[in-house]
Amino acid sequence: MKNISEAIIQLKNISLSFTLPGRIITALDNISLDVKAGQITGLIGPDGAGKTTLMRLLSGLLRPDSGQATVLGMDVVKSPQDIQSIIGYMPQRFGLYEDLTVQENMDLYADLHNIPVSQRASRYEKLLSMSQMAPFTSRLAGKLSGGMKQKLGLACALVSPPRLLILDEPTVGVDPVSRRELWQIINQMLQEEHISVLMSTAYLDEAERCDDVILMHEGRILDQASPDDFSEKMHNRTFVAHSDTLSKRHLQFRLSREPGVLDALIDNDDIHLVMQEPVSDGLPLFKDIDNLTIHPTRPHFEDAFIALLKKNPVSKTTSIATTNLVDKDKTSLSTEDTSNNISKDTTESIIKVDKVVRRFGDFYAVKGISFDVKKGEIFGLLGANGAGKSTLFRMLCGLLPVSDGRVEVAGHNLRTASATARAHIGYMAQRFSLYTNLTIKQNLMFFSKAYGLRGKKQQERIQWALDEFELEEYLNTNSNDLPLGYKQRLAFAAALMHEPDILFLDEPTSGVDPLARREFWQRTNALAESGVTVLVTTHFMDEANYCDRLIIMASGTELATGSPEELRSRFKTEQNPQPSMEDTFIALVESKTQQGQQS
Amino acid sequence: MLYQILALALKEFQAILRDRQSRLVLIGPPIAQLLVFGYAATFDLNNIPVAIYNQDNSYLSRELVSHITGSPHFQLVKNIQKDDEIAPLITTKKALMVVHIKSDFSTEQAVDYSSKVQVIVDGRNSNTALLSLNYIRTLLIDFNQQYLNDRGQHPPPAVLEIRSWFNPNLLSRWFIIPGIVALLTLVVPLIVTALSVAREREAGTFDQILVTPLSPFQILVGKSIPGIVIGLVQGTVIIALTVLWFNIPLLGSIGTLYLGLTLFLMSTVGIGLMISSLSVTQQQGLMGAFLFLVPAVILSGFATPIANMPELVQDLTYINPMRYFLIIVRGIYLEGNSYGDLVSQFWPMTLIGLISLTFAGWLFKHRMY
Repeated sequence: MKNISEAIIQLKNISLSFTLPGRIITALDNISLDVKAGQITGLIGPDGAGKTTLMRLLSGLLRPDSGQATVLGMDVVKSPQDIQSIIGYMPQRFGLYEDLTVQENMDLYADLHNIPVSQRASRYEKLLSMSQMAPFTSRLAGKLSGGMKQKLGLACALVSPPRLLILDEPTVGVDPVSRRELWQIINQMLQEEHISVLMSTAYLDEAERCDDVILMHEGRILDQASPDDFSEKMHNRTFVAHSDTLSKRHLQFRLSREPGVLDALIDNDDIHLVMQEPVSDGLPLFKDIDNLTIHPTRPHFEDAFIALLKKNPVSKTTSIATTNLVDKDKTSLSTEDTSNNISKDTTESIIKVDKVVRRFGDFYAVKGISFDVKKGEIFGLLGANGAGKSTLFRMLCGLLPVSDGRVEVAGHNLRTASATARAHIGYMAQRFSLYTNLTIKQNLMFFSKAYGLRGKKQQERIQWALDEFELEEYLNTNSNDLPLGYKQRLAFAAALMHEPDILFLDEPTSGVDPLARREFWQRTNALAESGVTVLVTTHFMDEANYCDRLIIMASGTELATGSPEELRSRFKTEQNPQPSMEDTFIALVESKTQQGQQS
Repeated sequence: MLYQILALALKEFQAILRDRQSRLVLIGPPIAQLLVFGYAATFDLNNIPVAIYNQDNSYLSRELVSHITGSPHFQLVKNIQKDDEIAPLITTKKALMVVHIKSDFSTEQAVDYSSKVQVIVDGRNSNTALLSLNYIRTLLIDFNQQYLNDRGQHPPPAVLEIRSWFNPNLLSRWFIIPGIVALLTLVVPLIVTALSVAREREAGTFDQILVTPLSPFQILVGKSIPGIVIGLVQGTVIIALTVLWFNIPLLGSIGTLYLGLTLFLMSTVGIGLMISSLSVTQQQGLMGAFLFLVPAVILSGFATPIANMPELVQDLTYINPMRYFLIIVRGIYLEGNSYGDLVSQFWPMTLIGLISLTFAGWLFKHRMY
């Protein structure tokens, strides 16, 4: 057994900055830390915190400006080659050769690492069985699903048994089932081969599975501790609130405006509350809200993360936005405060999807999906990568013709609809599609004009977008140079320029940090409250709780449709009385595969 | 409707002009090409390196040698003294041609009234070999005539009297440079438009546009305007340079030239947008543009006459808009053709433009992913 306290990575006063035309970005700002051997260390932080830079530095791909970094006792500047030969590094987009088969990819990495042919067979067998890829060895890597690609990438990084495995966001964009499998592989390697793992992640629930967590923000280390220690700091600050008379969305708004509340989040059927200060004497009191039941709960890791980030208002990119967010909602919602959202008009279907089929050659991407979306609903399209949700989404927006069946949005098929019908639609594409070398101002000008806004009205709406999304200070910055959170805001602003009645959002929160995600959902909720219908795709299962109703898709078919509460209640068991959305999804996928095997 | 088209066109201009690289593409290559074609690419041979092997050393042979060395077309690189020196000069390309005057040159002439001069030429590049032989032949004819005149003897029975129409001095620059107007206004607008839709497809912004109230027709027009405007501005600069800097005569009407240019740009932009709509990435767009460009230039008559091509290939040139525009520019520059002379060139370009633009607009929505 190894000495646990032995440090496998040591950083002393590491700084690194990049020079871009016109500005300098400090990616790592005087960082010192130790990573212990024989455990999983999680590297967590919002987008642009410097996680990838740090990992590339440790892999010997970048040189620090100053400071000293050693990996396994070797200096990263003096002997990068030696380090690279004994570590496994899996970058965000792992270098798989898409035109090679699974087997050929593994052979290639074995060749690159000089693995003797005699040792390969047993190694391959182990990796393939661990990743459950054995049946697919002759498939082209480009034809694998997102989750399988990541598993193959991990297998390739493990072909030569490394002493240290560095993984850069290995689970991003991967469906829950594949995520669980990736974690199984990592844990198995940890136990059987005594490797050490450093991984970054955007999923905060994954941080709880790490032994040690490093929280990074703006190139600095905010804290390093075990997940339990992080949660310990949140003791007596987290509660669960529930009201029988108010909808959870409405309750969330009310609670987030209460003094002393740091964060209010929809968590399954209830509201998860985080207080600014520990409440040592019993429960926090909210006199204004009737019929409120409230009781203490175990803190989530995410609570600690949010609390730390909100306490560190160093950044313009995230903290200003979030600290103002609560106030913002006060004003924007107060006008609609009286609107009773429970008695919503539930009769009118604004989006109708009837047995829609989409075929590409012999391949059926969508196999007969039907659902209705009512006015003012937030409707979710959930599924793993390749489930067909993007194809369905594109058909709804009129970007792709249907092969069979019927789609109707506000009474029109958007593919053939007139310009006036399309003027009621807002659309936010995946990856925040904006004109990257145009400034914020130019982007907004263009989209407002494309929607036919002009004159005073146009000025008003642009000013609204700049105020509401706090884009003023970046007015003349190219949208390409914006932080990701701001790109998302700009894309959202552009989609809302013309005050659409129906909003299509394709993976709006993919890749952005929890703060930006919160902010995004606050806005979306406010829109829904004001009567806008929202159709949203996501692969974050916890976000399903924000939806009024949702459809879960897998390989082009419907797994289930209903409200999040309904779906979750189907999988209530004695062991798991409160299944999460992720549990529900996995259970649905598993029951589907069982059915498939039986028939 | 017009408002939205202009908004899109403005955005296209901003996207092109704000990017340093694409700004360079607009300015750098056209100027480089104009200079290269204007100065370097010429069919005329000047300073042909010639070596002279004069074994005769008579008044007559010296007279002939001074004719050669005095000509602007030839440059003496060496006076050869012995046979062994000939081969190395040609093989090492130090001389393109060796003129060999044998020792009995003047005595033979005195007896037979005629004698032979041997010319050894480097035949590796047949084109330059033929051209240089032509020069030495002309030079010898001049030499003979002058010789007869000086001695008051009768000139040869028939003498060629050449007058070259449209280009009196047969300057190849007059032929090539008007062609460059066509070449350059083909290249840049084609590349600009071939990237425009592909760039948006790659970034995902094209979906965003398709979802707005903009109709495919509006998108088509909005995306065509920048290509045409850039082509017109560039064309104007090039035309001005050809006239003011290279002194090429522009005999026809400027209006007819611009009508041709606009129609040519319309067809170019149509083809560029068609390529772009078929492409999913910028790389594909660029590759498609070059796959079109190279054959389009070769099959246009820019360098080699269309009439020399096999018949099947000649038929193929009818779908190449540059073919028509070359006839138009050359016609207007050197011949002073009027609108009426060129109608037969205008309508095919218009047709190509309309068909390709329509197809591009259709592809916007129907290109599968």
